[in-house]
Amino acid sequence: MKRLVKMNETYVFVVLALLCLLVQARSGQFFRVYNLIDLLVALIVPAMFALNTHVVIASGGIDVSFPCIASFCMYVVTRILQMIEYQGSVVLAFVMAAVIGAIMGALNGWLIASFRLPPLIVTLGTQSLFTGVLMGVLEAIEISGSKLPSCITSFGLQRLYETVNPENNIITYIPTSLLILVGAVIVTYVILKHTMFGRSIFAVGNDENAALRAGIPVKRIKIAVYCYAGLVAGVAGIVRMCITKFCHPTNLTGIEMEVIAAVVLGGTSIAGGKGSITGAMLGIALITVMSNSLLLLGIPVQWQTFCTGILIIFGTGLSAYQAMRAGKKLMRRTKIQPAEKPAAEGGQTA
Amino acid sequence: MKLKRIKSFVLDDKNFLGLLGMMLVLLIVISIIRPAKFYTSNNLVSMLSQFPQYGIMSLGVMIAMIAGGIDLSVVGLANLATISAALILQAMIPESASSLQAAGAIILAIAAALLIGLVGGMMNGLLVSMLNVPAILATLGTFQAYTGICLVLTGGNIISRLPSQFGDAMGVKVLGVIPLPIVIFAVCVLAMWILLSKSAFGKKVYMIGTNRRAATYSGLNVKGVITAAYMVSGVLAAIGGLVMMGRMNSAKADYGSSYTMQCILIVVLGGVDPAGGSGKLKGVVTAILILQVISSGLNMFSQINNFYKQLVWGVVLLSVMVIKYLAATGRPSRQIR
Amino acid sequence: MLDYILRATDIEKHFVGVKALNKVHIEIRKGEIHCLAGENGSGKSTLIKVISGVHKSDGGVLEICGKQVSQLSPKEAMRSGIQVIYQDFSIFPGLTVKENIVFYYQTATGAKWINWKMIRGKAMETMALIGLHLDPDELVENLSVADKQMIAIARALVNDAKLIIMDEPTTALTHREVQNLFRVIKGLQERGIAILFVSHKIDEVFSISERFTILRNGENVVTGDTSELNRENFTSYMTGRQFERDSYVRDVTDNAVAMEVRNLSLKNGFEDISFQVRKGEILCIVGLLGSGRTELALSLFGIRPADKGSITVNEKTHAIRSVNAAMAAGIGYLPEDRLTEGLFLLRSIADNIIVSELDALTKGPGILDEKQCTAEVERWGKELAIATPNYGNAVQTLSGGNQQRVVLAKWLARDMEVLILNGPTVGVDIGSKHDIYHILEKLAAQDKAIIVISDDLPEVMMLCNHVMVMKDGRFIGDFDIGNITAEKIAVMVAGGEKYETMED
Repeated sequence: MKRLVKMNETYVFVVLALLCLLVQARSGQFFRVYNLIDLLVALIVPAMFALNTHVVIASGGIDVSFPCIASFCMYVVTRILQMIEYQGSVVLAFVMAAVIGAIMGALNGWLIASFRLPPLIVTLGTQSLFTGVLMGVLEAIEISGSKLPSCITSFGLQRLYETVNPENNIITYIPTSLLILVGAVIVTYVILKHTMFGRSIFAVGNDENAALRAGIPVKRIKIAVYCYAGLVAGVAGIVRMCITKFCHPTNLTGIEMEVIAAVVLGGTSIAGGKGSITGAMLGIALITVMSNSLLLLGIPVQWQTFCTGILIIFGTGLSAYQAMRAGKKLMRRTKIQPAEKPAAEGGQTA
Repeated sequence: MKLKRIKSFVLDDKNFLGLLGMMLVLLIVISIIRPAKFYTSNNLVSMLSQFPQYGIMSLGVMIAMIAGGIDLSVVGLANLATISAALILQAMIPESASSLQAAGAIILAIAAALLIGLVGGMMNGLLVSMLNVPAILATLGTFQAYTGICLVLTGGNIISRLPSQFGDAMGVKVLGVIPLPIVIFAVCVLAMWILLSKSAFGKKVYMIGTNRRAATYSGLNVKGVITAAYMVSGVLAAIGGLVMMGRMNSAKADYGSSYTMQCILIVVLGGVDPAGGSGKLKGVVTAILILQVISSGLNMFSQINNFYKQLVWGVVLLSVMVIKYLAATGRPSRQIR
Repeated sequence: MLDYILRATDIEKHFVGVKALNKVHIEIRKGEIHCLAGENGSGKSTLIKVISGVHKSDGGVLEICGKQVSQLSPKEAMRSGIQVIYQDFSIFPGLTVKENIVFYYQTATGAKWINWKMIRGKAMETMALIGLHLDPDELVENLSVADKQMIAIARALVNDAKLIIMDEPTTALTHREVQNLFRVIKGLQERGIAILFVSHKIDEVFSISERFTILRNGENVVTGDTSELNRENFTSYMTGRQFERDSYVRDVTDNAVAMEVRNLSLKNGFEDISFQVRKGEILCIVGLLGSGRTELALSLFGIRPADKGSITVNEKTHAIRSVNAAMAAGIGYLPEDRLTEGLFLLRSIADNIIVSELDALTKGPGILDEKQCTAEVERWGKELAIATPNYGNAVQTLSGGNQQRVVLAKWLARDMEVLILNGPTVGVDIGSKHDIYHILEKLAAQDKAIIVISDDLPEVMMLCNHVMVMKDGRFIGDFDIGNITAEKIAVMVAGGEKYETMED
């Protein structure tokens, strides 16, 4: 129980719960089924991003290029499927996106690991590069409706559960793509907790030198981490397309800040080596619930960016403050001996 | 004696030499490919009026990086400062305003913009120095916040049809030839030179960026200096924004979105170490000019749109870093950084 | 027939332009505790790296358990039973105790999947072997330095180590923890595991090892049984020089009091500390790690301001709640960890010297007066004999002794009244040590008040004229140097347990 109180995840959960209650109090509509489903659907893609960001940050790095990778895969896969007039199952789309994403991620990993470059600046560079290729070379445009490959739209329409809002007869449903998130979470969890590869990721994030001495192939692990991040991002891109029935090449831009902040909020240390998937999921849930509930809270939509910014500042500030206090606690402490009775006259311990 | 100093100024700094070499190569390449279009006075003047806006902003990113951090919020802060200035201009200069009234409003608007830059920078500085928030996270967060305020102030719309007086003022040509923005840029560079290379404050910034802990143990006011560094960055962001507004005669919440990336490219290219504690102004200024040459060079090809440019920036940034790594000898450097 | 775990003969190793090892040999018998000693730059780190496969030797023969080995890799070395514990222990603070202990085993066996049950079991088993009682699920970052070291030892054991190399293992341990370490090492010996103990602390060499090897300048100086060693020949083997030293005799009773501290207390640091330092005096505060000595220094310097009590410098009482306040009061501090806390390694020697007085070296609105700066740097560089061809070189190009001089220069440039030095000669070779003593004595002669915090008793006896003994947060002894012996101090400091020193 004591451990539960000390854990960062508990605090995030409490804040999340309080937020939900607050929104319910202000609007009376938070806990309605259709609202909860909307939130869940809004959460799917960010949660996948939170997953890959968690893994990258835990390894001691950072990646701001993942929204670009997702957009890139989304667009390229769609175009390829269009060109070959594909009529088959959606699985191919996912596989292609995963492969392309993995390759793009591998570029990140290779640059960072082989040349010991700072991950933030490398991924800023690849972000520019990928966007430039996508928008400049490929001249990506928005694709929607009937132009989308049929497998995407049909998969997007598949649902696990559906409900109707009696007030306006709008149907809201939980799409099958949720299962992809669930699958990704399970796979990532197993890798991180039960494979040597996963543990090595944390080891590298803790102390690269110690990891080298332990015999861990640090370079390979780093490349694999960014590869994995790209893979998940690619798949997330397809999922997004399925959910929104839209292929928009720049819609995802800018989400990286929220995701990184969410993951850090959830307890993944920005320096690496610590953190949990649970925390990351709670963090992204908190941020998503907040951005999506602004309307219910009575805050005009224009304020959304600002509110997200404040949440990021507040969340990371709090994390940092907590880390400072924890650091102070670890400072050396002397066990002070009790005061001695005044020594006898002329006495001197000898 | 003077020759010796010039020689040492150029030759002692390997990074600077590399940059000069790069500039030379670029100019040669352009001379071969499209000399006619490039070496026209029109083009040169056009170049001169483009780079000041992001050039000044990159000076801000430079000092933040030397202090051991990074400033990803420059563009957001610039937009916030300019949108505020724009609103003031619109409010205070009706159609029939006299020149005196206009001048007063312009001064007020500029003052407001600078103040916002100062305060915004202070926010960054406090987060980084007092709460120990990693600079990446702090400035990404403030970037969102500042952009968010811009969106609220403008409703997402562009503020155009600014009173012409401001645009006219910015369009002034000093000594009849030099566009005002260049003069502003030159003044900023001079001010930064004095601040970084000649003042005690600048030396402190370098020391703190090298080793924060030792700086505390040596009696340096770490929190104060870091906050001040970000405040300088904020003011520079505001100045860059004003120059931008003068040129575009409008203000919008998402202007300059590619500048963040460009500024980082400029400072890294210019020899500033992302880990902090080093970087020379001559390198950064040369990098600004190199970027402008590349940008204008690309502009000469009509097939190349803005997105292609992004591609180029990305490739250049990555290549520069890889080359720097390969060029390093690996031995601890005897030269001071 | 002697059973050797390791025999290294005529080992050579070159780096660019430097011959790090020149025909070095070392032999370690099964179950032996062998000490490798040498100053900084003697080649002992390089030798260890060659033995453990990190560096490939350029010549010579390496035999492990009787079998000749060429081209040893770190993984092979580990498989042959050679484990190195570096000074930072190479542990992962964000992982649990059990995971840290079994980590090398996992990588060595090429395991792909984690069996948490097995890991827990192995960890508990190994901890029991060395008498370590820790919560296996605790994060290592929450543990003390001594516990972390024990985890590193346990980790070596899991890997079936035959030879454990420990690099300066006692640097950050309290006396009690050192005794515990020695107990564990003796326990390892009983299991037939050999220990190569790298140290330059003569008392440790004497108390724990059976045989020793001393290196100097990349060559063997001597190897033999520890029983043949004594204090004098140890020093001369290590440095090649003889040092004659008299205790510094100073009479300061008539001098003014430079600093007076009354009833200073800090929660979790120290309690009720009172003392005086006179001008021209060198006061030594002796106390082991954990006695509160560093906390006291940090309080006097404003980094961890005290809760209660007063500090008076030159008859003026100051509330020292920040570094600036301490410096304004005239107090300067040379920290324990010179490299991370005292120096800006990548910046020039010049910058490091003037960093604390930048505001004073300005003319006009905050602009540095370069002539003045250069003059200052040259003055203090000469005064402290900092050996460098160019003050513009980075400080990291200097040796440990010279680096310490730069830190001293920084404070002298500020003209501090009171200098507090925490472990001033840690990591400094013997030659430079004596030079630093010389400098401190010169400063004392110039009427500065000097406080040295040290647990190096010979140094204390040589250097100061007054000793305060600190233990568990309090001062338990206060003596003029003439009234006390090193032995007595040692006993007090250790709290009555016998601190094993060699009787000269």
